[in-house]
Amino acid sequence: MRIELEKRAEHSQLMSVVSPLIAIGLTLVCGSILFISMGYNPTDALYAYFIEPLTTRWSIEELLVKAGPLVLIAVGLSVCFLSNSWNIGAEGQFTMGALAGSVIPVLFHDFTSPLALPVMVLMGALGGMAWASVPAFLKVRFGTNEILTSLMLVYIAQYILDFLVRGPWRDPEGFNFPESRIFDAAHVLPKIGEGRLHIGMIFAILAVLVVWWMLSRTLKGFEIKVMGETPRAGRFAGFSSNGVVWFGFLVSGGLAGLAGMAEVSGSIEQLTPVISPGYGFTAIIVAFLGRLNPIGILFAGLLLGLSYIGGETAQVSLGLTDKVTRVFQGMLLFFVLACDALILYSFRFASSAKSMKEAGNV
Amino acid sequence: MSDLSMIEAVLLTIITASTPLLLAAIGELVVERSGVLNLGVEGMMIVGAVMGFAATQATGSPYIGIVAAMISGVAMSLLFGFLTLNLMSNQVATGLALTILGLGLSGMVGEAFIGQPGISLKPIAIPVLSVIPFIGPLLFNQDVLVYASYGLVIAVYFVLFKSRTGLIIRAVGDNHGSAHSLGYSVIQVRYLAVMFGGACSGLAGAYLSLIYTPQWVEGMTAGRGWIALALVVFASWRPARVLIGAYLFGAVSILQFHAQASGIGLPTQLMSALPYLATIIVLIIISRNKTLAKVNTPACLGKPFVPDR
Repeated sequence: MRIELEKRAEHSQLMSVVSPLIAIGLTLVCGSILFISMGYNPTDALYAYFIEPLTTRWSIEELLVKAGPLVLIAVGLSVCFLSNSWNIGAEGQFTMGALAGSVIPVLFHDFTSPLALPVMVLMGALGGMAWASVPAFLKVRFGTNEILTSLMLVYIAQYILDFLVRGPWRDPEGFNFPESRIFDAAHVLPKIGEGRLHIGMIFAILAVLVVWWMLSRTLKGFEIKVMGETPRAGRFAGFSSNGVVWFGFLVSGGLAGLAGMAEVSGSIEQLTPVISPGYGFTAIIVAFLGRLNPIGILFAGLLLGLSYIGGETAQVSLGLTDKVTRVFQGMLLFFVLACDALILYSFRFASSAKSMKEAGNV
Repeated sequence: MSDLSMIEAVLLTIITASTPLLLAAIGELVVERSGVLNLGVEGMMIVGAVMGFAATQATGSPYIGIVAAMISGVAMSLLFGFLTLNLMSNQVATGLALTILGLGLSGMVGEAFIGQPGISLKPIAIPVLSVIPFIGPLLFNQDVLVYASYGLVIAVYFVLFKSRTGLIIRAVGDNHGSAHSLGYSVIQVRYLAVMFGGACSGLAGAYLSLIYTPQWVEGMTAGRGWIALALVVFASWRPARVLIGAYLFGAVSILQFHAQASGIGLPTQLMSALPYLATIIVLIIISRNKTLAKVNTPACLGKPFVPDR
């Protein structure tokens, strides 16, 4: 007996919705096995991870603080991935957006007019776009592999941040800590909750709505999908493949930069050598778990945000290492990709004798 | 220190910095020649590093550590193989998933080992040859993994370009449809290639945690897996050029230490970013030569194979 994959005539609509849920289920099963092997009661551990954070208002707000940047970045990445360009350097674009957005609060901290924040938002997005335009330009102009260039730029951005906070941008009154000055109140994004929740989450929801509308209701959205699936047909229709590359990278870079600016201005309120727990990479998982659909990404972002907070909760209440979070996230992406096979293929259990006979008939 | 022994010391450090890149890149070269793009090199490498370190600490033998690193690299590559070859998942996304999973797993496993002093692998002097002045200590007084890296480059060259096996691997990578029609099992060939890549990445990881810095540091691969991927492109899928490329990159990454020691007033961060910057520049130079890329790129690279029934 063996399992055979048979290509479906069209994508299974049912499976498109069900497969991410199966992936989540499989991750939970594997996670339980992991917890047992580490000597923890799986029910306690899963409770600490996925239920306990939802029981207090404070932790729900913290969850949204984490989900905001994940959703913002992932929505941009979905545009890029749908058009079949592979921007995997969102982490770097996030960092550069944070740096560009910090120019005013660090260097021009006396500029406290109400205009400051809108300018910072704009600069954050532009910073991310500028960093994303490097791999886009190299791909369009020379055909350079964008996966490798965008990733290398992550490391370079990290070193630029490190250089600035330890060097020219270090707080002169900061006792030599590698940190920038604490942002003036006029340079901090408004809060919308009781804790640290800021309007970055609203940016994320707006991005979801705008990109959803663009992808499903406009010619641009159609162009992106056609160029992603059948570039040859797209070129006959008069679409420009270079244009789509530029568009994908600028949108994803801009949103990642905006997320970076919102993180430093809304959550951290200063620059430090580490400003992200890997949002740019986790957002790749969010994008795939959300099936590259903005609405799906919103839910996926909330789940991955929960995994960050759950990791912290489990560390406090059970003494579980927070490294488990990254393992969870990695497993989840694996299962999501594996379950995609359910959408494109139907599984058939065939006895080997029968399939031999069929092969003979062909 | 005389000038000659100074040069020798620099060359020795370059060999140390280049070997992990060379090991990982030569493995990925075979994988890509068979038409599979495994972007999970970084993930397999770091799992190899932590498992190699763990096994060495447990048994006291770095050689058992090396074997453990290879096995764990292969195990990771099998995950990738199952998804991409059996379930036809997207190779780019699956490779990324492998890297994310590997970084997470290694962080979790390695937490117990942070700060522990490791057991370093000792060099093996080859009798007679190792006493040749200058060349002897450089080439013939190295550890087993450096010898293995040279052996692998030669072996991969001969197998890929001078043997029937190599012809089959390249046929599968260049035209999987035809290879299938001729009766070769595309999936099986690709599985074996992917496993070979996993073993090589595991070795590269073991080199980092047993020789380069004999201890466990979280995220110690620091993008070397990605640089190895770039090296394969740089080498236009040719083993000898992978060797040259790995040593060039090793030299660039060593340059920073010597520049810092010599007191050049550049920020340390700029020097640390140099290998990544060099990778981008090299990729640009290579991709400008369109014909070179066209002739050597395996035609089916990254394309899933679904047999017609």
